[in-house]
Amino acid sequence: MSEPVFAVVAEGLRKRYGATEALAGLDLRVPAGTVHGLLGPNGAGKTTAVRVLTTLARPDAGHATVAGHDVVRGAAAVRRRVGLVGQHPAVDDVLTGRQNLVMFGRLHHLGPRTARRRADELLERFGLAGAAGRPAAQYSGGMRRRLDLAAGMILAPAVLFLDEPTTGLDPRSRTEVWDEVRALAGGGTTVVLTTQYLEEADRLATGISVVDSGRVIAEGSPDALKSRLGGDRIEVVLDDPGALDAAAGVLRRAAGAEVDVDAEALRLSAPVTGRDGRAAALTEAVRALDGAGVRAADIGLRRPTLDEVFLRLTEKEEVPA
Amino acid sequence: MTTLSETPIGRLRWAVADSRTLTVRALLHWARRPGDLAVGLLFPVMVVLMMGYVFGGQMDVPGGGGYRAFIVPGMFAMTMVFGVETTFAAIAADAARGVTDRFRAMPAASSAVIVGRGAADLLYSAASLAVMAGCGLLIGWRAHDGAARALAAFGLLLLLRFALVWVGVYLGLLAKGPESVTAVQILVWPIGFLSSALVAPDTMPGWLGAAAEWNPMSATVTACRDLFGAPVPDGGSWAAQHAALMAVAWPLLITAVFFPLAVRRYRALGR
Repeated sequence: MSEPVFAVVAEGLRKRYGATEALAGLDLRVPAGTVHGLLGPNGAGKTTAVRVLTTLARPDAGHATVAGHDVVRGAAAVRRRVGLVGQHPAVDDVLTGRQNLVMFGRLHHLGPRTARRRADELLERFGLAGAAGRPAAQYSGGMRRRLDLAAGMILAPAVLFLDEPTTGLDPRSRTEVWDEVRALAGGGTTVVLTTQYLEEADRLATGISVVDSGRVIAEGSPDALKSRLGGDRIEVVLDDPGALDAAAGVLRRAAGAEVDVDAEALRLSAPVTGRDGRAAALTEAVRALDGAGVRAADIGLRRPTLDEVFLRLTEKEEVPA
Repeated sequence: MTTLSETPIGRLRWAVADSRTLTVRALLHWARRPGDLAVGLLFPVMVVLMMGYVFGGQMDVPGGGGYRAFIVPGMFAMTMVFGVETTFAAIAADAARGVTDRFRAMPAASSAVIVGRGAADLLYSAASLAVMAGCGLLIGWRAHDGAARALAAFGLLLLLRFALVWVGVYLGLLAKGPESVTAVQILVWPIGFLSSALVAPDTMPGWLGAAAEWNPMSATVTACRDLFGAPVPDGGSWAAQHAALMAVAWPLLITAVFFPLAVRRYRALGR
């Protein structure tokens, strides 16, 4: 089979669990050699999508090819070409890190000696050589994740699926995992990762598909998505409820855009619209508020949260075409 | 490798190799946690000693002979039945932690998860039987009718355990997590005690005694007592009089029901 241009192609994937429609016609194209983020809230269908693409679940309708093979008819071929790292580290806690990797190597049909050599390479590569002889139960969260990643890399897969790889990790472990993902992508592996965090997708992915209710509702590069979503916002919090109207007026003029007012939290926010960049827009707002004699308790730049991304995307959806 | 694994012979070869890998995994668990292994093997010994010496003095054994020699075959069979909990817990824990899914996403043969577990559990049960037999010899139990018949008895015990592997696998895949082992205990304990293992069923109220005699475990216990040349309590029911036949028929029936159920449940993980 020649090198496919797209490592993952999914068309109209549907999957129903009882009354829940987990996938409602999901389409996805991931160019080979890129990092692609599936971004969405809990229950959006991200994990089901990964389960279908890694042959763990059969789609009710639609079809998908991964690394050039159909996930249903060519399931065995797909399994030889993908790695899966699930939401929770799926390693054997009793066995040592090394025993885990040798076992997984044997299950990938490596010979005994090759499996041992591959285990040692991966332990070295993922910085676990020093802990190779300790049971996985004694590993820190970050170490378990790295062992988990190593187990997903036994055959140097063409496509690696990471389902919420950093959920539940402390910031330091998260940075470690991010570094590993970048290194893997640098080595030519196609990575598909699911995440609830816009920041994570932003940092790692070259392409993002926003998933909601089992479908992709928006896709593009992180920058394209963010600008489509309005990008960064200036946020001002006040002490004095009486200053709310004055502050809103000043901010509207300074930002040159509509201001969202949360009267209860005394919080105002406006999109960054100027061409001079974020810092200039912030300076401008501070100066204008100061000039108008409005005292702010807090003022700063903020990226849109996933909640806002969703609210905005679903708002657009509801406009009749 | 790719071409080989696509022929039927090649697939079978990998299925055997993958099952062995997962059996070795279970053996490594015991090697890494010898304490768990020792406790697991010594628990039935403790029960034999407790039952034998605490209750033994008050027990009249039908057909003569000591109570301790009477309950040793019963404890053998009871250990086989309680083994369901071991199978259940291991299968349920792997499923809950996502380890089963990881295996399923690998090129490994899908049957290996179940077969590897079954082989490991049978090895463990054989080891338990060896330890208990050693303890039994120390407290007065004997295989009076020779090695061949004694081996046949151990064969029947392992046949029962083999059948119960599929019950454990099925229930383990059905469970939401290893915590539900309590539910399995509620199922397993009446089977263990409502049997001919510890007392002769004809000492129980009529209907209860009949139920005990038809209990699959009782068939194995009675057949083993016979094969060991120990006194066998008189049983009124057809099942008690044809214990050897039932000791083969019950496990085959249980396997015929639960093996397909377990396989179907395992395949259903992909739905």
